[in-house]
Amino acid sequence: MSIPNPSFAPSHWNEKVGLARMLCGGVIMDVTNAEQARIAEEARAAAVMALERVPADIRREGGVARMAPVARIREIQETVSIPVMAKARIGHFVEAQVLQELKIDFIDESEVLTPADESNHIDKHAFKIPVVCGARNLGEALRRIGEGAALIRTKGEAGTGNIVEAVRHMRLIQGEIRRLTLLRPDELMAAAKELQAPYELVVEVAKTGKLPVPNFAAGGVATPADAALMMALGAEAVFVGSGIFKSGNPAKTARGIVLAVTHWDNPAEMRRVMEEFDSPMRGLDIRDLPEEALLQQRGW
Amino acid sequence: MERPPCIGVLALQGSYDLHLGALEKLGVPARKIRLPEDLAGIQGLIIPGGESTVMSGVARDCGLFQPLQQAGAAGLPIFGTCAGAILLGQGGGFPERLGLAPVILKRNAYGRQWDSFEKILPLKPFAAPFQCIFIRAPKIELQEPGIDSLEVLGWDGPDPILVQYRNLLLSTFHPELTEDLRVHRYFVERARC
Repeated sequence: MSIPNPSFAPSHWNEKVGLARMLCGGVIMDVTNAEQARIAEEARAAAVMALERVPADIRREGGVARMAPVARIREIQETVSIPVMAKARIGHFVEAQVLQELKIDFIDESEVLTPADESNHIDKHAFKIPVVCGARNLGEALRRIGEGAALIRTKGEAGTGNIVEAVRHMRLIQGEIRRLTLLRPDELMAAAKELQAPYELVVEVAKTGKLPVPNFAAGGVATPADAALMMALGAEAVFVGSGIFKSGNPAKTARGIVLAVTHWDNPAEMRRVMEEFDSPMRGLDIRDLPEEALLQQRGW
Repeated sequence: MERPPCIGVLALQGSYDLHLGALEKLGVPARKIRLPEDLAGIQGLIIPGGESTVMSGVARDCGLFQPLQQAGAAGLPIFGTCAGAILLGQGGGFPERLGLAPVILKRNAYGRQWDSFEKILPLKPFAAPFQCIFIRAPKIELQEPGIDSLEVLGWDGPDPILVQYRNLLLSTFHPELTEDLRVHRYFVERARC
């Protein structure tokens, strides 16, 4: 019996990666209702991410975190004119199919939600709309691209307001890419074996020195300076989860982070941005979190 | 040999890196435009694809909105792709437009990402057709037929997709997403004269 998944692969790839490229230099903001979506759009979000609870609340309240309620997603879609993304659980292709039926613009197969499958991710080639996935290292990023992800983001550690894990993941991915570019062609199969990544993608990265899809930062961005730091480390755009609506002044925080993603390489402009910024979310030290509380361990 | 012009690429948000890459392949000096002072000395400007709401708002925040309007009105050649075209054209409400071209740009006119598409279409300036990629694309509405010096250079059925109006070039598709440099070359050649 075949799974009833309409396969669009490999067509629509240009449109999928194309939308990811249009989000570059922008900020994608987590929102849980229409009012937050409106604030995000006015604060110059490049897209909003619809979810049931922001990661900091998922972390605090526990329970199973699922796709956002359909009515909530609709309300957000009706409120804003920018792209609307939504999260599906890892491996939960039916949630993803429902999101596609809702004409969501981008699906996030996200470790922030409770995984639905502990072995397999969604076959993202089977979707006409693009899917983004998190990664902690190059092998994980290339496995997700192999499954059809049109965009990669660092996992970081969502809901902590602590940038340290996003920095770790971005430095690791960039470092592993640089290392591949130094290898001889006859060393790339061994590299693919070591990375547990598709050989063809390893060859492509070795040749071009970059991922075949854009690479954004996520998981712990709480201030404009955090966002600028991730851009300086090679991120092409930034996702902000709890950092905006758990801050003292969401609109101001959002606008500051947007400006930081534009002026990340200009310290004088960054000083101006940081002068305006005063009330970040309260953060968590990763070392205080027990191993099982780490969201980044989800996905394989 | 004549020195090629320096082209600015508005680098507030969107596909600016792809436009810079295309200009580099053409051997055209280019620079990112993020602050008003960056505009000095450029002979052409590209406004990339991305989100028009973000570019409009950030241009305001960076003090670039009026300088861009003035430069366009003074005759600086400007090429806007998708969101860039939205900013160049007219259209009420959100976001605030530069309003330099006498055409209405209707945002997300085809629908959402589900309705994004790719099509090989003929464009007037070129002998061979062009791979046009439309991402949540706008539509150009010609207000009244026969506006002086407004020329439609490409159509998708009833909809104009590439329009030249005096110093302004507007495309609803994304030439920067392809390896084909013909639209960029066409713009740069016009910026030179």
